[in-house]
Amino acid sequence: MEFKTYSSPHLPASDSVPAMMQRVLLALLPGTAYICCIFGWGSLINILLASLSALAAEAIVLMLRKRPVTTLLDGSALLTGVLLALALPPLVPWWIPVIGSLFAIVIAKQLYGGLGYNPFNPAMAGYVVLLISFPLELSLWPVPGAGLSLSDTLVHVFGAGLSADQTLDTLTMATPMDDIKMRLGLSQTLSEMRDSSLFGSFAGAQWEWINLWFMIGGLWLLQMRVIQWQIPAGMLGGLALIAFVFYAINPDIYTSPLFQLFSGAAMLGAFFIATDPVSACTTPRGRLYYGMGIGLLTYLIRTWGGYPEGIAFAVLLMNMAAPTIDHYTRPRVFGHK
Amino acid sequence: MLTALIALGILAALIGLVLGYAAIRFHVDSDPVVDQIDALLPQTQCGQCTYAGCRPYAEAIAAGEADINQCPPGGEATIQALADLLGKDPKPLNPEHGEHSEKTVVVIDEQLCIGCTLCIQACPVDAIVGAAKQMHTVIRNECTGCNLCIPPCPVECIHVVPLQPTIANWVWPMPADQAPLKARHG
Amino acid sequence: MVDSATSFRRPASVSFDHLETFHGGLKLTGHRELTAARPILPAGVPPLLTIPLQQHIGTAAECLVQPGDAVYKGQLIARQVGKISAAVHASSSGTVIAVEERPVPHPSGLRAPCIVLETDGLDRYRDTRPAALDYTRMPADELCDHIRGAGIVGLGGAGFPTHVKLGCSTDGIEMLLINAVECEPYIACDNRLMQERAAEVIEGVRVLQHAVRPQNCIIAIEDGMPEAETALRTVLAANNETGITITRVPEIYPSGGERQLIKILTGREVPSQGFPADIGIICQNVGTAAAVYNAVIRQQPLLSRIVTVTGEGVLRPQNFETLVGTPVSHLIACAGGYTQDVERLLIGGPMMGYAVSDDHIPVTKTMNCILAVTRKEMPAPPPAQPCIRCGKCTEVCPAELLPQQLYWYAHSNNLDAAQDYSLFDCIECGCCAYVCPSHIPLVQYYRHAKAEIWAREKRTLASDLARQRHEARLSRLDRIKQEREARMARKKQALTGDDGSSELKKATIQAALERVKRKKELAATAPKNVDNLTAEQQQLIAAADKRRQQKNKDNSTG
Repeated sequence: MEFKTYSSPHLPASDSVPAMMQRVLLALLPGTAYICCIFGWGSLINILLASLSALAAEAIVLMLRKRPVTTLLDGSALLTGVLLALALPPLVPWWIPVIGSLFAIVIAKQLYGGLGYNPFNPAMAGYVVLLISFPLELSLWPVPGAGLSLSDTLVHVFGAGLSADQTLDTLTMATPMDDIKMRLGLSQTLSEMRDSSLFGSFAGAQWEWINLWFMIGGLWLLQMRVIQWQIPAGMLGGLALIAFVFYAINPDIYTSPLFQLFSGAAMLGAFFIATDPVSACTTPRGRLYYGMGIGLLTYLIRTWGGYPEGIAFAVLLMNMAAPTIDHYTRPRVFGHK
Repeated sequence: MLTALIALGILAALIGLVLGYAAIRFHVDSDPVVDQIDALLPQTQCGQCTYAGCRPYAEAIAAGEADINQCPPGGEATIQALADLLGKDPKPLNPEHGEHSEKTVVVIDEQLCIGCTLCIQACPVDAIVGAAKQMHTVIRNECTGCNLCIPPCPVECIHVVPLQPTIANWVWPMPADQAPLKARHG
Repeated sequence: MVDSATSFRRPASVSFDHLETFHGGLKLTGHRELTAARPILPAGVPPLLTIPLQQHIGTAAECLVQPGDAVYKGQLIARQVGKISAAVHASSSGTVIAVEERPVPHPSGLRAPCIVLETDGLDRYRDTRPAALDYTRMPADELCDHIRGAGIVGLGGAGFPTHVKLGCSTDGIEMLLINAVECEPYIACDNRLMQERAAEVIEGVRVLQHAVRPQNCIIAIEDGMPEAETALRTVLAANNETGITITRVPEIYPSGGERQLIKILTGREVPSQGFPADIGIICQNVGTAAAVYNAVIRQQPLLSRIVTVTGEGVLRPQNFETLVGTPVSHLIACAGGYTQDVERLLIGGPMMGYAVSDDHIPVTKTMNCILAVTRKEMPAPPPAQPCIRCGKCTEVCPAELLPQQLYWYAHSNNLDAAQDYSLFDCIECGCCAYVCPSHIPLVQYYRHAKAEIWAREKRTLASDLARQRHEARLSRLDRIKQEREARMARKKQALTGDDGSSELKKATIQAALERVKRKKELAATAPKNVDNLTAEQQQLIAAADKRRQQKNKDNSTG
């Protein structure tokens, strides 16, 4: 009787890449749901557009590369599309998420060799390309709670124009961070801004909740051991630390660490974007430094850079540094000095 | 315009001086490249590369007269190693020089050997023991498989024998996705 | 060898309640229910025993018997060769029918030299066994020698000759560690051994204590084996034994690995290129202790061992007392045969064991488990995906390596970098491959890389030697040429530079002619080295002469 031979270990596999991706998507649900609640249908449409384009792009490239198209069922392209969509303002024209996804999947991921071979975070690479190419469209966030109807949203997104009583001015506003940066530039102080509708309980209005929900999802991911603690801890810790230093120096010009942690895409970045395993560091200590680097750079760009939100650039910059950090943080091997 | 040219010229001269100094001061002594190339060759001394042994071939490579893909016993591994050493592109083995095959050794059929010593004189590593009118025999462990002893033998008593894989020299195959490993029967 | 300044010291009276941990490791479900409660049954004497000459680390044993020889049970049939080697004994009485290459348990499926024994069913020793050795009065090296003569090797799986390990005890051993941590799922042979033969185990440990004379002696046992622990403790309590301590370790794979276990118990790490003896510890498997008992007290060499036959691919999973050389097919038959959907046959446990393609291989001294599994139990591994660099492998590696980097380097054949990242510190436990979400067969990559590096080193040695021989040959030919030229030059000078003294010339020529004549005379007479020939040699000479005559006749006629 002839038996099949395989390599050890022989116990059935404990986990799989699709399962991990599914858990990440699940963890994104609370934050995503909240975003959809306050910003309306636009986010959902973005997610749909971005996901479909990502999957389509991956399918086409896989066919061109003569690889099995079923590979895209591992969920990584879907996740890239969703993360990109969450970073985009909800009322952008339809071609924005499509172009972004195409760039992210085709150029930032497949051109380097597909899953596991890309040195840069695809979602962030796509986002940065959009940010630099279409800065106006990407800065127009809707008023939270505006509650645009589905048909109006579709009309707006697919570019047929707006109805008379709704102009871009009434529909959109800058994000709290954007606005604060502009007002700081006009030499207002934070204490003067405290009473404006920009601020919520401890950070930007509504954005603090978005971040909170993403944080909860992220903590769940940590608990499920899909991600490890080093990158989120490093990033949030690094961000909070440098924010604390400057806040201590002058609380009127520099926002508090709490504000920094709960505004913009801080939590989304810490738990979902920076933790993309393919482009991050791999050694445990390296991940800590990597996360701290992202936190630091985020603060620098937010406070003194040209953009209100710096996470995308910070992530890409640290992606570049990841191999070097890995090289210098090799752990000591058992039995060695 | 002129100031720019002068400034750049002086800069270039300065940097050139610094680089020249560094090249001499921090020079690292390394093996002559011929020795390094020779260390990568399999030492079969078979002459399939058209040179009279591995050392002459190494010297020819170093002098730029020979290409790196002329060694069949070394095969792709040697070509890759030479390419890495010399900073050249690896290329496939030149079929004019022969094909790469698994290592073989030779065995003398003692029923036929007449003790003529022609094979002893041909063996580049003195792996054949014997004397005139005495039985000749190949020391298996020293035989490199160059097959240079086969043409001179007047009674054609030397045969090529492939080396059987044993448990001692068996190598785990590289995984090729998760298809079942081929069953290997001795 | 043991650096007293840094070596581990703990007074014998301190209990080892405080345990350290090692990095990584996994919690695996035991699957022990299948066999942990089944008593050890004898597998009986099969009709044919195939005993490999190499069942241990080191040099293969040298066969002492020939086909046709009758052997008794326990007879030495192959002796050890060199220091790191082990003797092989006949597991039962019978007749040797062959000494040849047969399939042996090995992932390659290749053959190796074996002694094939046809048993006579009587299973008897030559004489009645002598009385038990009084080991308490024997010097340590004599005890070691007796263990060596019994052919005992490490029964935990590695098969390192026990006498060599015990022989490292010259410099003062702080701890004798008896490894009863059977950490792989499915395997229950050590568990049952301790439950049923606790007294023998403890006595074997005492023998080892006398051979090693350590300051402390600990039996480390896993959390999930309460009955075994109770059995041992009962024996210790009954004898009021204070020199042996039993410590329980948590059920984490691979706590049973020597280095990991030492870290757990002492917090110290065995140096990477070193051995536990370097830090004053000697570790022996509990099965080896029982074998030592048999050798010293029952005066039986190592002839059999307990093998767990389990998995859902056999009808009645069981533990068997098996003679060395028993075919695996015989054991499967003892376990009721295969079930309908058996798909894989594993030798060893599910984490480190290897798959074999058929069961016509013998049980060796180091085989602890035979796993016949169905597809449902262990489905075919899904195809490997690209590595997503998630780092789970790094989290679980007990050797604190970067399995991911080792994978990338092994995969791209960058063997130097793999070695730089401590490839040879990998213990091949399989934790990394188990957690990999991309289902990459990591351990196979490492095994391949290690084997390639060894093969490369062998090739380099061989080519260096060939180069030396070639250069020696060239210089020899050169030297001969120069000598000949020098001789020619001298002769020429002697002939031309000579002014008229033809006497000298004539004398030289005459002497040369006489030398040639004498040589011819000698060659014409009988050939040399023809005294004291054996009949066989004379036969060969006659045959060669005949062949030569035949050839001459053929040449002259043809």
